[in-house]
Amino acid sequence: MKRRTTLGVTALGAVLALGLSACGGGGAATPGQSGAASAGGGDAAKAEFNAALTQVFNPSDKKGGIIKLANAGDWDSLDPGDTYYGYSWDFIRLYGRSLVMFKPAPGKESAQLIPDLAESLGVPSDNAKTWTYKLKQGVKFEDGTPITSKDVKYGVERSFDKEVFPDGYTYFNDTLDWPKGYKGAYKSKDANTDSAIETPDDQTIVFHLKQPYSGFDYFAQLPATIPVPKDKDTGAKYKEHVISSGPYKFDKNEIGKGFTLVRNENWDPATDPNRKALPDGYEVTTNVNADDIDNRLLSGDLHLDIAGTGAQPATLGRVLTDPNLKAGTDNPTITRLWYTSVNGNVKPLDNIECRKAVQYAADKVAYQTAYGGEFSGGQIATSLLPPGIPGHEDFNLYPPGPDNHGDIAKAKEHLTACGQPNGFETNISYRAERPKEKAAAEALQQSLAKAGIKLTLKPFPQADYFALYAGKPGYAKDNKIGLAVNGWGADWPDGYGFLQQIVDSRVIRETGGSSNVSVRDPEVDKLLDQASLETDVAKREPMWAQIDRKVMEDAFILPGIWAKSLLIRGKGLTNVYYSDAFGMYDYLNMGLQ
Amino acid sequence: MVTYIIRRLIWGVVMLAIVSMITFAIFFLVPRLAGATSESLAARYVGRTATAEQVKLAAERLGFNDPLVVQYGRFAKGIVAGADYSYGPTVEHCPAPCLGYSFLSRLPVWPDLLDRVPVTGSLAIGAAIIWLIAGVATGVISALRRGSLFDRAAMSVALAGVSLPIFFTGIVSLVLFSYGRPFAITAPGGSYTPFLTNPALWAYGLILPWITLAFLYAAGYARLTRSGMLETMNEDYIRTARAKGLTERVVVVKHGLRGALTPILTIFGLDLGLLMGGAVLTESTFSLPGIGKYAIDAIVNQDLPKVMGVVLVAAFFVVLANLLVDLLYAVVDPRVRLA
Amino acid sequence: MSFLELEDLRIHFPTDDGLVKSVDGLSFSLERGKTLGIVGESGSGKSVTSLGILGLHKGGRARISGEIRLDGDELVSAGPEHVRALRGKKMAMIFQDPLSAMHPYYTVGAQIIEAYRIHNPVSKAVARKHAIDMLGRVGIPQPDRRVDSYPHEFSGGMRQRAMIAMALSCDPELLIADEPTTALDVTVQAQILDLMRDLQQEFNSALIIITHDLGVVAELSDDILVMYGGKCIEYGTAEDIFERPEHPYTWGLLGSMPRLDREPTERLMPIKGTPPSLINVPSGCAFHPRCAFEGRTGGKAKTAVPELLETEGGHLVRCHMAGEERRAIWENEIKPNLESV
Repeated sequence: MKRRTTLGVTALGAVLALGLSACGGGGAATPGQSGAASAGGGDAAKAEFNAALTQVFNPSDKKGGIIKLANAGDWDSLDPGDTYYGYSWDFIRLYGRSLVMFKPAPGKESAQLIPDLAESLGVPSDNAKTWTYKLKQGVKFEDGTPITSKDVKYGVERSFDKEVFPDGYTYFNDTLDWPKGYKGAYKSKDANTDSAIETPDDQTIVFHLKQPYSGFDYFAQLPATIPVPKDKDTGAKYKEHVISSGPYKFDKNEIGKGFTLVRNENWDPATDPNRKALPDGYEVTTNVNADDIDNRLLSGDLHLDIAGTGAQPATLGRVLTDPNLKAGTDNPTITRLWYTSVNGNVKPLDNIECRKAVQYAADKVAYQTAYGGEFSGGQIATSLLPPGIPGHEDFNLYPPGPDNHGDIAKAKEHLTACGQPNGFETNISYRAERPKEKAAAEALQQSLAKAGIKLTLKPFPQADYFALYAGKPGYAKDNKIGLAVNGWGADWPDGYGFLQQIVDSRVIRETGGSSNVSVRDPEVDKLLDQASLETDVAKREPMWAQIDRKVMEDAFILPGIWAKSLLIRGKGLTNVYYSDAFGMYDYLNMGLQ
Repeated sequence: MVTYIIRRLIWGVVMLAIVSMITFAIFFLVPRLAGATSESLAARYVGRTATAEQVKLAAERLGFNDPLVVQYGRFAKGIVAGADYSYGPTVEHCPAPCLGYSFLSRLPVWPDLLDRVPVTGSLAIGAAIIWLIAGVATGVISALRRGSLFDRAAMSVALAGVSLPIFFTGIVSLVLFSYGRPFAITAPGGSYTPFLTNPALWAYGLILPWITLAFLYAAGYARLTRSGMLETMNEDYIRTARAKGLTERVVVVKHGLRGALTPILTIFGLDLGLLMGGAVLTESTFSLPGIGKYAIDAIVNQDLPKVMGVVLVAAFFVVLANLLVDLLYAVVDPRVRLA
Repeated sequence: MSFLELEDLRIHFPTDDGLVKSVDGLSFSLERGKTLGIVGESGSGKSVTSLGILGLHKGGRARISGEIRLDGDELVSAGPEHVRALRGKKMAMIFQDPLSAMHPYYTVGAQIIEAYRIHNPVSKAVARKHAIDMLGRVGIPQPDRRVDSYPHEFSGGMRQRAMIAMALSCDPELLIADEPTTALDVTVQAQILDLMRDLQQEFNSALIIITHDLGVVAELSDDILVMYGGKCIEYGTAEDIFERPEHPYTWGLLGSMPRLDREPTERLMPIKGTPPSLINVPSGCAFHPRCAFEGRTGGKAKTAVPELLETEGGHLVRCHMAGEERRAIWENEIKPNLESV
C-alpha cells in the first residue's frame, strides 16, 4: 500500500486529525468517463472538464522554462530507496531510471510496463522464481560514470535497511532470497548476496525469489531499482543530493523547504525514448499551505500541486460551481476502494444470508455522500476491483434498489432465510480520527435499521485500528465487531497488488495488523496462488475478476465507493494527462507553452 | 548587575533543562505509562512495512530499551559534548550542541533549526516593528481623543484584530493582495528569500505576513496603549508637566507615553520572545519555513528529536526575552533595582 | 487694580450624573507679596479654583465662566497657548504629593531643567547650573550631586523642596501651593512653611496656599478665604478669621484644628456630617444640614441662598444669621469652648 499524502498542516487543530491513510495511490479512469473526451480527436488544447483524463491535453514539444511545483507536505524522502508516496514515484523518474517503468501515456495505456534502464521487460525462468534484466549500453550517472548492474544491485541492497530508510516498501526484503541474517548494505557489508541478486556482468542483473511471482516486473519499476553509486552513497544524507541517472539533477536542495532540478548534461536521450525532458528545470517548494497551493494554481502562480491528491474542500465548492474554473480540472476515479468489511466470525454474520441482507439494505448513495459526494468522494462501487485496474469487470450481485438507496424488501427476505426475520444487533467500527468514516458508519446505521439490523458505532484510534481492534480477530469476535469501515488502494494498477492484502485469508494473523478483516475463503486463496504463477498477462487479468466475483458471492465485503479526486491543471502546462499508474497527472513529460 | 545577569543566566539554563525534561517525559514517559512498549514506540519510526525484527532492531538502535534516565542523559550529553551516529555507510559526528538526529529524516536537527531561525526572526521582528508603531500610535491618538469617532472606529478594528485568527486574516489578505490580482502587492505564500540574498525580495515576500501578524498584535497594543495612556494622563506628574508650561505634544510624548510605555515594553519583549520560538499560524498560512512550521511538522510526525529541538529553541528565546525585558525594565524605570 | 483678580469664577463639569458645580461664583483679589490662604474640606472647590487659574481644569469638558485677571491679563477668555506660555513662568504651582507629582522616570534635575528651558532659551549646561542653584536655594545639600537623583531617591521633605525649586525656577509672580505640607511629617512641615515664607519674601511673589488645615495658613497668610460647596462663605484677614470668625463652618474648622498649644488628650470638635454633594447642593444655605445653628435663621437657611455680605472692614460672611447674633454666639458659646481647659 503506497501512501497517500494527507494535508493537515494548516492549523494546530489539524495536528490531531492528521494521519496517513492506510493505503492508496494508483488509479484509473472509469470506462464511463472516457466517453466524452476520447470520442473527440478534436482540439486537444481546448480547456474542458476532464480534458486530460484519457488524452494528452495541450500536446507540445516546446522546450524551455521552469516548471514550478508545490507540495503541501514534504516528501517522505527523495532517496530512491526510501520513498513510498505515489507522487514521489511519479516525480522520481525525472532524476532516476529504474529497470522498467509505467508507460508515459494517458489513460489505460499508462498501466502498461515498458523497459527503462533495462533493454526489455524481465525474463522469467525457474517457474517465475528467477528474473533476469539486461541493462542498456551507454547510460551514465550525472558525473559521467557509466551505470552498471552493480549500481542497481547496490541500490536494492541499501534499501534493505529499514532503520536508515524507514519510509520505503519491503517487497524486495520479503520476496528475494537473501542470505540468513542479512541486514542490508551498511550493516552486512561483506555478506555475499548472490543468492538474492547476481550480477554476472556489468549489464546483467538476476533476481532470485523465494517464491515464484509472475508480477515481478511491477517490483522492477520500483524506485529501489534506480542505480546508486556506492562510493557516492551517504546513507540517510543521500537524499540531499541523489546522484541522477535521469534527465535532471539536483541543484539546490533544502530538506523541508524545497529544491530545484536542472538539466543533467550526462543524460543521453538516445538511451531514453520515453522522456521528453522539455523544461529547463523544476522549482519545488515543500510544506506550502494547501489552500494557498490551490489558489496559486488557479491564479497561475504555480503549475502543479505535486501531491496529486486533488483540490482542498474549500476549493472544490468554488471550482465546481464556476464553469470556467471547472473546465480547468479533471475528475478521475482512482484505484482506491472505500468499503466495509463484513466479519463472518461474528454471529449471525457467519450465515451468508445475513451477510447478503447487509449488502441489500445498504444505502450506497448515503455512503457516497459520507465521503463527499460524486466529485470529491467517488463513484458508487458494486465490486472490489476499481475500474482502472486491468481485469476489472462490471457486475452487481446485490443491486440495492433502483436508486441505490437500499432494497429493504430483499434484505428482509434474506434475513428470514438467515433465521433472523426481525433483524439482529451488531457493532460497526471506524477510525475515530476520520469524520468521513464516521459518516459512513452512521449512514449504514440508518439504512440497515430499516431492515431491522441494529448497529452500534464503535470508534477506535486509527493508529491501532488494525493492530489491536478491528484487525485483531480475537478482539473483533469477542467484541462482536460485525462490520468494520475500511479502505484500500493499490500501489500500482495490478489485480494482485490490489486484491492480495485484502482477500487472502492467510494474511490474517491472530496477533492483528492485517488489512483483511473479513475475507476467509480457501477458494479465494487458491485462485490467488494460481494467478501469481501465471506469467501470461492476457491469461492473468481475467483471474482478478474471478476472485472479485468470488469474494462478492461470499458477501464478505460491502463495497462503498471507488474514490475520485479533483485535479487542477496548471496554467501554461503542455502534455498534461492523467496516468492510471500513479492516480494523478503524469509528471514525466510536461512542458511549458 | 553582572552577578544578577550571571545568576539569571544560570537560572535560564536550569529552566531549559527542566523544560527539556518535561518535554522528554511527555513524549516518552507518558506513552509508557499508557502501555506503550519500546517496540511500539520504535514502530513509528520505521514505517508501516517493517517486520517485527526490524522494529526490535530499531528500538535498540534508538535506545528505547534503556531506562528513561539513561535516554535523557544521552540526549543531554549530546547537547553538551556532541554525539556520534551512523545512518549510512560511515559514522558521523554531530558536534555540540547536538540535538540529535531526526527519527524520520535521519538528519541532524540542529543545523535545520538554525536554518529556520532567520525566517522566524525576519517575520517576528518585521511584524513587531510594524505593530509597535501602529499599535502605539493608534492607542495614543485614541486615548487623547477618547470617545471620538476615531477612537471608536480604531477600537472596533482593534477588537476585530484580536478576535480574528491569523488563518482567516491571512487567507483573506492573500486573496485580496496576491494570487495574480491587479493589486498584487506581495508574493504568494512560500516565497521566502533570505535577506542577504536579495533584501527587496525578502521584504516583498514578507510584507503580507508582517502586516497580517502585526494586525493581530497591533490591535492588542492599541488597546493596551490606550488604557495605559488614559491612566497615565491622569497621573499627577502629567498635571505637573502641564503646570510647567510644557506644550501638549511634549506632555503627551515625553511624559505621558514614557510612563505608559513601560508595561507595553514588557509585553512587547515577551511577545517577541514567544514569536521567536515560532509564529505557528502565520508560518503555516503563508508557508514560511520558520520554526513554527518546523514545530508543526515535528509534532505531526512525532519526531521527538525535532520536537525537543523546537521546544528548547522556543524556551531559549522565552528565557532570553524575560532576561532582556528585566534588564530593559531597569533601564526604562529607574525605580527598579536588579538584585 | 490688584495683581490677581477673580470675578464671579464658575467652573462646572457636566457628568453623567448631572452638573458638578465645583466652583460657583468665586471672587477675590490678591496683591504681589501677599499670601492668601484658601481653606476648605476636600470637595469644597479649592483645588479646582487653583487649577482654573492656571488653566489646568480638565480641558474641553469643563465649563468655565467669569474672569481671572492676572496682572490685567484676562485668562478665562485667552487662548490655551497664551495661558500655557504664562504657566510655569508667570504663575507656578506646588503640588500636594511630590512623589506622584514628579515624573518617576526623570531625574529631579532634568525636570527642573525642562521647566526652565521651556521659558528661557538657554543651553542645557546653563539650565543645569541654574537647576543646581535652585536646589541649593531651597536647602538641598550637595545640590550638584543630587541634581542627578531620581525623585524616589529623595526623602519626602527633600522632594517637596525640589518641587518648590522647580516651581520657582522661572521666578513666577504668582505661586500657588496646593496642600504643600500635607504629605509631610510635622517637623518637616514647619521647615517647608518657613522656606516658603522666606522665598516669597525674596521673590516678592503673590502666594496662594490651599489647605484643609487652618494651622498651616495661620502662620503664613495675610488673608484667608474659607470655601464650602464651591462658594466662599467667609473671607477676611488672618486676624478676622482666627479672632472674629462669624460663620458656623469656620467655627467648626477652628474646633477641629489640632493645636500644639493645647493638650493632646483634648477632644477635637469635628463638624458633623459630610461635605455636600456638588451636584445636588442642599437648597438654601449649602451648610444648613450640618449647621448647629440652622434653627436660628427662622427657616430661611433651607430656602434662600445667603448673600456674601461684608460685616466690617473687608470681612465677608455668607450667613442668614444677623451679625450681632453671630458675634454673640462666637463670644459666648464657641470661643470659651475652644479656649477652655
